[in-house]
Amino acid sequence: MRAYLDAVAAGYPSTSPALVYLLGMLAFGALVVFVFILPVAGITSWVERRVWARIQSRIGPNRVGPGGFLQWLADGLKNLLKEDVIPAAVDVPMFRLAPYVVVAGFCAAFVALPFAGSLIIADLNIGILYISAITSLVVIGILMAGWSSNNKWSMLGGIRSATQIICYEIPVGLSIFPAVLLSGTLSMQGIVAAQGWAPTSWHMFHSPFAFVAFVMFFVGALAEGNRTPFDLPEADSELVAGFATEYSGMRSLLFFLAEWGNLYVIGVLVSTLFMGGWQVPHFTDNAVVLTVAQFATMFLKAYFWVFVAMWVRATLPRVRVDQFMTLCWKYMVPIGLVNVIGAATVMVLLPDGSIVLRLIMVTVAVAILVQFARRVLFHLHRADYGRLGRIGEGAA
Amino acid sequence: MSLELEFDDGREVFATEEMTLNMGPQHPSTHGVLRFIIRADGEVMRSAKADVGYLHRSIEKIAEKVGWHGFMPYTDRVDYVAAMTTNQAWAIAAEALGGVTVPRRGEYCRVIAAELGRICSHLLAAGAMGMDIGAITPFTHAVRERELINDLLEELCGARLTFNYMRIGGVAWDLPPGFDAKVLRFLNHFEPYVDELDDLLSNNKIYIERLANVAVVSRERAIAYCLVGPNLRASGVRYDIRKHLPYSVYPEFDFEVPIGTGRHGSVGDCWDRYIVRLDEMRQSARILRQALEGLPEGPVIAKVPRNYKPAAGEVHVHVETPRGDQSWYVVADGTEYPYRVHIRTGSFAAMSIIEELSRGLMVADLVALIASFDIVAPEVDR
Repeated sequence: MRAYLDAVAAGYPSTSPALVYLLGMLAFGALVVFVFILPVAGITSWVERRVWARIQSRIGPNRVGPGGFLQWLADGLKNLLKEDVIPAAVDVPMFRLAPYVVVAGFCAAFVALPFAGSLIIADLNIGILYISAITSLVVIGILMAGWSSNNKWSMLGGIRSATQIICYEIPVGLSIFPAVLLSGTLSMQGIVAAQGWAPTSWHMFHSPFAFVAFVMFFVGALAEGNRTPFDLPEADSELVAGFATEYSGMRSLLFFLAEWGNLYVIGVLVSTLFMGGWQVPHFTDNAVVLTVAQFATMFLKAYFWVFVAMWVRATLPRVRVDQFMTLCWKYMVPIGLVNVIGAATVMVLLPDGSIVLRLIMVTVAVAILVQFARRVLFHLHRADYGRLGRIGEGAA
Repeated sequence: MSLELEFDDGREVFATEEMTLNMGPQHPSTHGVLRFIIRADGEVMRSAKADVGYLHRSIEKIAEKVGWHGFMPYTDRVDYVAAMTTNQAWAIAAEALGGVTVPRRGEYCRVIAAELGRICSHLLAAGAMGMDIGAITPFTHAVRERELINDLLEELCGARLTFNYMRIGGVAWDLPPGFDAKVLRFLNHFEPYVDELDDLLSNNKIYIERLANVAVVSRERAIAYCLVGPNLRASGVRYDIRKHLPYSVYPEFDFEVPIGTGRHGSVGDCWDRYIVRLDEMRQSARILRQALEGLPEGPVIAKVPRNYKPAAGEVHVHVETPRGDQSWYVVADGTEYPYRVHIRTGSFAAMSIIEELSRGLMVADLVALIASFDIVAPEVDR
């Protein structure tokens, strides 16, 4: 990237190199946003609706395109064309600005996300720190939306969101520490490079402490991403639509775009920090093939966690505000503190890690997964709705 | 649960401003057009005052103008979630005034329809409760099962929501051929489903945490506030009109009256009110099985003159609807129109206690509270 821009700058000696860099970066950013972020966020919305529908014995959107695949484009187009209603008593500049702040905060996180070994916009040496800082920008937008809407339900939603991010930054930060300690770097590529493609070399299986950190990170990330069971800011049965109540058309869609896009960011972060990121076995010397394989690995790993988040959302009820705080301050923060010390102690005792410990942990994890799958299959089997024929045909 | 905002000596910890929140008339979880005026300190409510009347349609007054037979379709609209039982209440009141005896098969048809309607209503209540707590899947699953009952009832009377099935003197139509087999098939499918709902929702840890020990109604308070039906029974009072002031052919059936046990908290909390409804669905299924087995032959409707004119008098009937004891006070003056009709409904009875219970709860708990009382707004206002 940098080398390419250097070459371009050399080709136009009369132009200031800084301008070339700026324009080049803008063009590249726009490319990433339009080619990757928007489709991923949009398609995630379609996937979520289909997955939800499947879990809920419904069909879901299936009219636009094959299997309803183009639904996200239709929704986007519809919302773009809709009237942008701005209620009379809102704080107009803030009301208008809020969705952009949210989207900016979420898009900026992509700067430091590793897509593959050579695919990253900027491998900052403080990558993970930058991401946890910049994703908090989202809450400022949500707070702006809630406050400027001149609606008490919106305000409650905005305040809830602020509380949520402030609280859960701490356990999430604490659960990032073990991964950072294990890699010895804050750079995202460095963290991935410190792991291997095999599960035994992933950070999550380094020690029980690392595994606890991984679970805490996922829970905390769900909370920061306003996902069920922590979707308090937009709790539709309590706060109507929370901070988004007064929004309509594209502005409202931008909030949800950020939410669905954030799911992918969460998935990438979990995979990067604890699951070996884009690491694949070195099966070929062809750099292009390798990069594609790495990209696919990363994408699938990240999307697995996106799917889990959808599954959780379709299964669990929502916690109450005070229970949410209790979970954070009375459980996750103390556990996180102990956990950091524990992970560090293991590192001191076993500087190179223990392959036996790793193997035991992988085995236990596989056993838990198998048992879980058996439970799921058991319920699927019991659900046997064949007795009644197709549900739509009723008892006839 | 409540948050302590004061020291023991009464000094306030924070000097915070009170906020008046207006929940409704349009709000996703007020279950209809219903309004609550909430005085809240942050998310903690000082009080939530119910403001009823947005759905008032003068149904009782309409009765005085449309006559005895003509009022039957209007009773569907009193409680559209369980229209069969309101049908039945009006039919029983009119029959009591006119001294009409319903044929046995007619009574059985009524019981079958009413119990199917009860399952329908409780399914919606349980599903909506899940949805108000934030779990959407139980709702769609419950509605899926409810669809099957709707199909059955559609076959029975041609309507899926406002049935207008019962008549003064019996029911409008006999069971269609093969109906009993279809209901049995549905019950075989449905009874395991209730256990599935237990797995999916009732025993979910977050769900229990949200509902257990929230808005506890003691036995005494429940009786003092005239709570009825499942809301009363959840507080540990075993009182069911079908058992204790029997009407129709209910004494012939063997069923239990489930009461709240406080399994996860105290007797009479939101979770108890929820689980009592689930248990009642199982009992309704039991009644249905017995009714289908003992279904007598014969006519389904007595000979009732088209121009029905009961003698002057008054009657007060009680019917156990899914929302509890619905009592109808009907005065006849010997003409073809009722002189006065008054309905006392279960949801209306539950509205008055909400203000007392809401003190110190959070806004999110009010949603759970409304759902746990199974409030249906049109039934509150009539």
